[in-house]
Amino acid sequence: MSTDQINRRRFITATGAMIATGASGLLLPAHASNLAPTPTMRGGSNNYRPGAPIVERIGGGGFWMSGTVRRTGDGAPLAGQRIQIWAHTTEGYESEPQSHGATLTDENGKFRLEMPQIVPAFGQPHGHLAYDSGEYKTVFLRPVMPSSKDTNLEAHFVLEPA
Amino acid sequence: MSQPNKMRSTKHKFSRSALFWSALIAAIAIPLLFTAMSPLLAWRSPVYIAACFAGVFSLGLLLLQPLLIGGYMPDLPKHLARRAHPCVGALLLIAVVVHVGGLWITSPPDVIDALTFTSPTPFSNWGVVAMWALFATTFLAIFRRRLQLRARNWSIAHSLLALVIVIGTVVHAILIEGMMETFSKLILCALVFTATMKLIFGLRVWSDWRTSSKR
Repeated sequence: MSTDQINRRRFITATGAMIATGASGLLLPAHASNLAPTPTMRGGSNNYRPGAPIVERIGGGGFWMSGTVRRTGDGAPLAGQRIQIWAHTTEGYESEPQSHGATLTDENGKFRLEMPQIVPAFGQPHGHLAYDSGEYKTVFLRPVMPSSKDTNLEAHFVLEPA
Repeated sequence: MSQPNKMRSTKHKFSRSALFWSALIAAIAIPLLFTAMSPLLAWRSPVYIAACFAGVFSLGLLLLQPLLIGGYMPDLPKHLARRAHPCVGALLLIAVVVHVGGLWITSPPDVIDALTFTSPTPFSNWGVVAMWALFATTFLAIFRRRLQLRARNWSIAHSLLALVIVIGTVVHAILIEGMMETFSKLILCALVFTATMKLIFGLRVWSDWRTSSKR
Protein backbone atom coordinates (compact mmCIF):
# COMPACT_ATOMS: atom_id res chain seq x y z
CA MET A 1 0.00 0.00 0.00
CA SER A 2 3.03 2.28 -0.44
CA THR A 3 1.71 3.67 -3.72
CA ASP A 4 -1.34 4.93 -1.90
CA GLN A 5 0.90 6.79 0.54
CA ILE A 6 2.91 8.38 -2.23
CA ASN A 7 -0.26 9.42 -3.95
CA ARG A 8 -1.58 11.03 -0.82
CA ARG A 9 1.71 12.80 -0.22
CA ARG A 10 1.79 14.00 -3.78
CA PHE A 11 -1.76 15.16 -3.44
CA ILE A 12 -0.95 17.13 -0.29
CA THR A 13 2.14 18.77 -1.77
CA ALA A 14 0.32 19.60 -4.95
CA THR A 15 -2.60 21.11 -3.05
CA GLY A 16 -0.19 22.97 -0.78
CA ALA A 17 1.64 24.38 -3.76
CA MET A 18 -1.62 25.39 -5.37
CA ILE A 19 -2.81 27.18 -2.22
CA ALA A 20 0.55 28.89 -1.82
CA THR A 21 0.63 30.18 -5.37
CA GLY A 22 -3.06 31.04 -5.26
CA ALA A 23 -2.75 32.95 -2.01
CA SER A 24 0.34 34.86 -3.11
CA GLY A 25 -1.37 35.55 -6.40
CA LEU A 26 -4.20 37.14 -4.44
CA LEU A 27 -1.95 39.01 -2.04
CA LEU A 28 0.74 40.28 -4.39
CA PRO A 29 -1.20 42.92 -6.34
CA ALA A 30 -2.05 44.68 -3.07
CA HIS A 31 1.65 45.09 -2.28
CA ALA A 32 2.80 45.62 -5.80
CA SER A 33 2.03 49.01 -7.16
CA ASN A 34 -1.18 50.78 -6.32
CA LEU A 35 -1.97 50.69 -2.63
CA ALA A 36 -4.75 53.21 -1.98
CA PRO A 37 -4.65 55.59 1.01
CA THR A 38 -6.69 54.74 4.11
CA PRO A 39 -9.66 57.11 4.26
CA THR A 40 -10.53 58.90 7.48
CA MET A 41 -13.37 57.09 9.24
CA ARG A 42 -16.62 58.75 10.28
CA GLY A 43 -16.36 60.15 13.78
CA GLY A 44 -12.63 59.37 13.79
CA SER A 45 -11.59 62.83 14.95
CA ASN A 46 -14.16 63.10 17.76
CA ASN A 47 -12.61 64.33 21.01
CA TYR A 48 -9.18 64.66 19.34
CA ARG A 49 -6.62 66.65 21.32
CA PRO A 50 -3.79 67.64 18.97
CA GLY A 51 -0.25 67.11 20.19
CA ALA A 52 -0.68 64.16 22.55
CA PRO A 53 2.74 63.43 24.11
CA ILE A 54 4.77 60.35 23.17
CA VAL A 55 4.44 57.99 26.13
CA GLU A 56 5.72 54.57 27.26
CA ARG A 57 2.16 53.64 28.14
CA ILE A 58 -1.19 55.41 28.59
CA GLY A 59 -2.19 55.21 32.26
CA GLY A 60 -1.99 51.79 33.92
CA GLY A 61 -2.11 49.79 30.70
CA GLY A 62 -3.51 46.26 30.25
CA PHE A 63 -4.83 46.77 26.73
CA TRP A 64 -2.80 46.84 23.50
CA MET A 65 -3.42 49.07 20.52
CA SER A 66 -1.30 48.08 17.56
CA GLY A 67 -1.05 48.46 13.82
CA THR A 68 1.06 49.39 10.84
CA VAL A 69 1.87 52.51 8.86
CA ARG A 70 2.69 52.21 5.17
CA ARG A 71 2.75 54.59 2.25
CA THR A 72 0.50 54.59 -0.79
CA GLY A 73 1.69 53.07 -4.04
CA ASP A 74 4.35 50.50 -3.15
CA GLY A 75 3.12 49.97 0.41
CA ALA A 76 6.58 50.45 1.90
CA PRO A 77 6.55 50.56 5.72
CA LEU A 78 7.08 54.02 7.22
CA ALA A 79 9.41 54.18 10.22
CA GLY A 80 9.34 56.83 12.94
CA GLN A 81 5.78 57.97 12.26
CA ARG A 82 3.90 59.47 15.20
CA ILE A 83 0.49 57.86 15.83
CA GLN A 84 -1.84 59.44 18.41
CA ILE A 85 -4.25 57.20 20.29
CA TRP A 86 -7.22 57.88 22.59
CA ALA A 87 -10.38 56.13 23.77
CA HIS A 88 -12.97 55.89 26.51
CA THR A 89 -11.23 53.55 28.93
CA THR A 90 -11.53 52.37 32.50
CA GLU A 91 -9.40 55.40 33.40
CA GLY A 92 -11.28 58.19 31.68
CA TYR A 93 -13.37 59.71 28.93
CA GLU A 94 -12.15 60.26 25.38
CA SER A 95 -12.08 64.00 25.98
CA GLU A 96 -9.84 63.80 29.05
CA PRO A 97 -6.09 64.42 28.61
CA GLN A 98 -5.04 61.27 30.52
CA SER A 99 -6.83 59.16 27.90
CA HIS A 100 -4.49 60.41 25.16
CA GLY A 101 -1.00 59.34 24.15
CA ALA A 102 1.24 58.85 21.14
CA THR A 103 3.86 56.39 19.94
CA LEU A 104 6.28 56.02 17.01
CA THR A 105 6.44 53.27 14.39
CA ASP A 106 9.52 51.01 14.32
CA GLU A 107 11.68 50.26 11.26
CA ASN A 108 9.00 47.85 9.97
CA GLY A 109 6.30 50.53 10.18
CA LYS A 110 4.72 48.81 13.17
CA PHE A 111 3.43 50.51 16.30
CA ARG A 112 2.16 49.15 19.61
CA LEU A 113 1.04 51.12 22.65
CA GLU A 114 -0.26 49.84 25.95
CA MET A 115 -3.26 51.68 27.37
CA PRO A 116 -6.11 51.08 29.84
CA GLN A 117 -8.94 48.71 28.87
CA ILE A 118 -11.33 50.26 26.35
CA VAL A 119 -14.97 50.14 27.52
CA PRO A 120 -18.07 50.61 25.35
CA ALA A 121 -19.03 54.26 24.98
CA PHE A 122 -21.76 55.75 22.84
CA GLY A 123 -22.97 52.28 21.99
CA GLN A 124 -19.76 50.66 20.73
CA PRO A 125 -16.41 49.62 22.21
CA HIS A 126 -14.06 51.61 20.00
CA GLY A 127 -10.74 53.43 19.86
CA HIS A 128 -9.43 56.47 18.04
CA LEU A 129 -6.13 56.89 16.20
CA ALA A 130 -4.68 59.81 14.31
CA TYR A 131 -1.81 60.45 11.98
CA ASP A 132 -1.50 64.23 12.01
CA SER A 133 2.16 65.16 11.58
CA GLY A 134 2.08 67.00 8.26
CA GLU A 135 4.45 64.99 6.04
CA TYR A 136 1.54 62.88 4.86
CA LYS A 137 -2.14 63.72 4.68
CA THR A 138 -3.97 63.57 8.02
CA VAL A 139 -5.95 60.39 8.71
CA PHE A 140 -8.31 59.68 11.65
CA LEU A 141 -9.37 56.11 12.38
CA ARG A 142 -12.10 54.78 14.65
CA PRO A 143 -11.80 50.97 14.82
CA VAL A 144 -14.52 49.02 16.66
CA MET A 145 -13.67 46.02 18.84
CA PRO A 146 -15.37 42.77 17.71
CA SER A 147 -16.06 42.12 21.40
CA SER A 148 -15.90 44.49 24.36
CA LYS A 149 -14.02 41.72 26.23
CA ASP A 150 -11.07 41.98 23.81
CA THR A 151 -7.83 43.25 25.28
CA ASN A 152 -6.31 44.42 22.01
CA LEU A 153 -7.28 46.27 18.89
CA GLU A 154 -5.58 46.88 15.55
CA ALA A 155 -5.68 49.75 13.09
CA HIS A 156 -3.69 50.15 9.90
CA PHE A 157 -2.69 53.29 8.05
CA VAL A 158 -1.76 53.73 4.40
CA LEU A 159 -0.64 57.34 4.09
CA GLU A 160 -0.60 59.58 1.07
CA PRO A 161 2.06 62.33 0.75
CA ALA A 162 0.62 65.73 1.64
CA MET B 1 -75.36 27.10 41.37
CA SER B 2 -74.98 30.58 39.98
CA GLN B 3 -73.18 32.06 42.97
CA PRO B 4 -70.05 29.89 43.01
CA ASN B 5 -69.82 30.32 39.25
CA LYS B 6 -69.91 34.07 39.60
CA MET B 7 -67.30 33.90 42.33
CA ARG B 8 -65.05 31.81 40.20
CA SER B 9 -65.32 34.21 37.29
CA THR B 10 -64.42 37.29 39.39
CA LYS B 11 -61.53 35.37 40.91
CA HIS B 12 -60.42 34.38 37.42
CA LYS B 13 -60.73 37.99 36.25
CA PHE B 14 -58.76 39.18 39.24
CA SER B 15 -55.93 36.77 38.63
CA ARG B 16 -55.76 37.72 34.96
CA SER B 17 -55.61 41.36 35.89
CA ALA B 18 -52.94 40.71 38.51
CA LEU B 19 -50.96 38.74 35.96
CA PHE B 20 -51.18 41.58 33.46
CA TRP B 21 -50.09 44.25 35.92
CA SER B 22 -47.23 42.23 37.37
CA ALA B 23 -46.01 41.36 33.86
CA LEU B 24 -46.21 45.02 32.84
CA ILE B 25 -44.31 46.21 35.91
CA ALA B 26 -41.71 43.48 35.40
CA ALA B 27 -41.29 44.30 31.70
CA ILE B 28 -40.48 47.92 32.55
CA ALA B 29 -38.75 47.54 35.92
CA ILE B 30 -36.45 44.60 35.18
CA PRO B 31 -34.54 46.38 32.36
CA LEU B 32 -34.12 49.39 34.67
CA LEU B 33 -32.90 47.11 37.45
CA PHE B 34 -30.37 45.38 35.19
CA THR B 35 -29.21 48.77 33.92
CA ALA B 36 -28.63 49.80 37.52
CA MET B 37 -26.34 46.78 37.90
CA SER B 38 -24.36 47.36 34.69
CA PRO B 39 -20.58 47.12 35.09
CA LEU B 40 -20.27 50.10 32.74
CA LEU B 41 -21.64 52.33 35.54
CA ALA B 42 -18.17 52.37 37.09
CA TRP B 43 -16.71 54.23 34.13
CA ARG B 44 -19.47 56.74 33.47
CA SER B 45 -20.17 60.12 35.05
CA PRO B 46 -23.53 60.94 36.70
CA VAL B 47 -24.60 62.98 33.66
CA TYR B 48 -23.83 60.12 31.24
CA ILE B 49 -25.60 57.65 33.55
CA ALA B 50 -28.65 59.91 33.78
CA ALA B 51 -28.74 60.10 29.97
CA CYS B 52 -28.63 56.30 29.72
CA PHE B 53 -31.38 55.81 32.28
CA ALA B 54 -33.53 58.39 30.50
CA GLY B 55 -33.17 56.24 27.36
CA VAL B 56 -34.15 53.01 29.15
CA PHE B 57 -37.04 54.82 30.85
CA SER B 58 -38.26 56.14 27.46
CA LEU B 59 -38.40 52.59 26.10
CA GLY B 60 -40.51 51.59 29.11
CA LEU B 61 -42.86 54.55 28.63
CA LEU B 62 -43.30 53.53 25.00
CA LEU B 63 -44.86 50.27 26.19
CA LEU B 64 -47.46 52.15 28.24
CA GLN B 65 -48.67 54.30 25.35
CA PRO B 66 -50.45 51.73 23.15
CA LEU B 67 -51.77 49.89 26.23
CA LEU B 68 -53.29 53.11 27.60
CA ILE B 69 -54.89 54.34 24.41
CA GLY B 70 -56.00 50.88 23.29
CA GLY B 71 -57.82 50.26 26.56
CA TYR B 72 -55.84 47.07 27.10
CA MET B 73 -55.28 47.71 30.79
CA PRO B 74 -57.58 45.65 33.00
CA ASP B 75 -59.19 47.45 35.95
CA LEU B 76 -58.14 50.86 34.67
CA PRO B 77 -61.18 52.89 33.56
CA LYS B 78 -60.86 53.74 29.86
CA HIS B 79 -61.40 57.48 30.34
CA LEU B 80 -58.54 57.59 32.86
CA ALA B 81 -56.29 55.59 30.57
CA ARG B 82 -57.02 57.93 27.66
CA ARG B 83 -56.25 60.93 29.86
CA ALA B 84 -52.98 59.34 31.04
CA HIS B 85 -51.77 58.81 27.45
CA PRO B 86 -50.83 62.47 26.71
CA CYS B 87 -49.29 62.79 30.20
CA VAL B 88 -47.07 59.77 29.52
CA GLY B 89 -46.34 61.34 26.14
CA ALA B 90 -45.13 64.51 27.85
CA LEU B 91 -42.96 62.42 30.20
CA LEU B 92 -41.54 60.63 27.19
CA LEU B 93 -40.65 63.95 25.60
CA ILE B 94 -38.86 65.08 28.79
CA ALA B 95 -37.01 61.74 29.02
CA VAL B 96 -35.82 61.99 25.40
CA VAL B 97 -34.62 65.58 25.93
CA VAL B 98 -32.71 64.46 29.05
CA HIS B 99 -31.29 61.49 27.07
CA VAL B 100 -30.00 63.61 24.18
CA GLY B 101 -28.99 66.53 26.44
CA GLY B 102 -27.01 64.26 28.75
CA LEU B 103 -25.22 62.65 25.82
CA TRP B 104 -24.48 66.12 24.43
CA ILE B 105 -22.81 67.16 27.70
CA THR B 106 -20.86 63.88 27.77
CA SER B 107 -19.49 64.06 24.22
CA PRO B 108 -20.69 66.94 22.01
CA PRO B 109 -19.00 65.77 18.77
CA ASP B 110 -20.69 62.34 18.94
CA VAL B 111 -24.12 63.94 19.37
CA ILE B 112 -23.49 66.47 16.58
CA ASP B 113 -22.57 63.51 14.31
CA ALA B 114 -25.80 61.77 15.30
CA LEU B 115 -28.01 64.82 14.78
CA THR B 116 -26.47 65.52 11.37
CA PHE B 117 -26.75 61.85 10.32
CA THR B 118 -22.97 61.56 9.92
CA SER B 119 -22.38 59.21 12.85
CA PRO B 120 -20.32 56.05 12.33
CA THR B 121 -22.85 54.14 14.42
CA PRO B 122 -26.00 53.12 12.51
CA PHE B 123 -28.19 53.09 15.62
CA SER B 124 -27.83 56.87 15.99
CA ASN B 125 -29.84 57.52 12.83
CA TRP B 126 -32.70 55.33 14.05
CA GLY B 127 -32.77 57.14 17.37
CA VAL B 128 -32.63 60.61 15.79
CA VAL B 129 -35.47 59.79 13.36
CA ALA B 130 -37.57 58.54 16.30
CA MET B 131 -36.75 61.74 18.20
CA TRP B 132 -37.95 63.97 15.35
CA ALA B 133 -41.10 61.88 14.98
CA LEU B 134 -41.74 62.40 18.71
CA PHE B 135 -41.22 66.16 18.31
CA ALA B 136 -43.61 66.18 15.34
CA THR B 137 -46.21 64.26 17.37
CA THR B 138 -45.88 66.78 20.21
CA PHE B 139 -46.31 69.65 17.76
CA LEU B 140 -49.42 68.07 16.22
CA ALA B 141 -50.88 67.25 19.63
CA ILE B 142 -50.43 70.84 20.85
CA PHE B 143 -51.71 72.52 17.69
CA ARG B 144 -54.28 69.90 16.76
CA ARG B 145 -57.20 72.28 17.45
CA ARG B 146 -55.57 75.34 15.90
CA LEU B 147 -54.70 73.33 12.79
CA GLN B 148 -58.33 72.17 12.75
CA LEU B 149 -57.22 68.60 12.22
CA ARG B 150 -60.13 66.27 11.66
CA ALA B 151 -60.29 63.34 14.04
CA ARG B 152 -59.55 60.87 11.28
CA ASN B 153 -56.56 62.79 9.92
CA TRP B 154 -55.19 63.27 13.41
CA SER B 155 -55.54 59.56 14.05
CA ILE B 156 -53.76 58.65 10.81
CA ALA B 157 -50.95 61.17 11.35
CA HIS B 158 -50.47 60.14 14.97
CA SER B 159 -50.46 56.44 14.07
CA LEU B 160 -47.85 56.88 11.34
CA LEU B 161 -45.64 58.98 13.62
CA ALA B 162 -46.07 56.45 16.44
CA LEU B 163 -44.97 53.72 14.06
CA VAL B 164 -41.80 55.69 13.21
CA ILE B 165 -41.14 56.39 16.90
CA VAL B 166 -41.54 52.76 17.92
CA ILE B 167 -39.60 51.16 15.06
CA GLY B 168 -36.87 53.81 15.31
CA THR B 169 -36.53 53.39 19.08
CA VAL B 170 -36.61 49.59 19.03
CA VAL B 171 -33.92 49.29 16.34
CA HIS B 172 -31.89 52.03 18.08
CA ALA B 173 -32.03 50.13 21.38
CA ILE B 174 -31.27 46.70 19.93
CA LEU B 175 -28.18 47.86 18.01
CA ILE B 176 -26.60 49.58 21.01
CA GLU B 177 -24.04 47.88 23.18
CA GLY B 178 -24.58 49.80 26.37
CA MET B 179 -25.83 49.55 29.90
CA MET B 180 -28.99 47.54 29.16
CA GLU B 181 -28.91 43.79 29.67
CA THR B 182 -29.54 42.12 26.31
CA PHE B 183 -32.33 39.65 27.14
CA SER B 184 -34.55 42.02 29.13
CA LYS B 185 -33.96 44.65 26.45
CA LEU B 186 -35.12 42.31 23.67
CA ILE B 187 -38.24 41.31 25.63
CA LEU B 188 -39.18 44.94 26.28
CA CYS B 189 -38.55 45.84 22.62
CA ALA B 190 -40.70 42.91 21.43
CA LEU B 191 -43.53 43.95 23.76
CA VAL B 192 -43.38 47.59 22.66
CA PHE B 193 -43.41 46.55 19.01
CA THR B 194 -46.25 44.01 19.41
CA ALA B 195 -48.48 46.29 21.47
CA THR B 196 -48.04 49.15 18.98
CA MET B 197 -48.72 46.94 15.96
CA LYS B 198 -51.79 45.40 17.56
CA LEU B 199 -53.19 48.83 18.35
CA ILE B 200 -52.38 50.57 15.07
CA PHE B 201 -53.52 47.81 12.74
CA GLY B 202 -56.69 47.34 14.75
CA LEU B 203 -57.69 51.00 14.36
CA ARG B 204 -60.99 51.80 12.69
CA VAL B 205 -59.46 54.59 10.58
CA TRP B 206 -57.82 52.06 8.26
CA SER B 207 -61.04 50.23 7.43
CA ASP B 208 -62.82 53.59 7.10
CA TRP B 209 -60.03 54.75 4.84
CA ARG B 210 -60.28 51.65 2.70
CA THR B 211 -64.04 51.91 2.28
CA SER B 212 -63.92 55.66 1.61
CA SER B 213 -61.15 55.31 -0.97
CA LYS B 214 -63.08 52.55 -2.72
CA ARG B 215 -66.05 54.85 -3.23
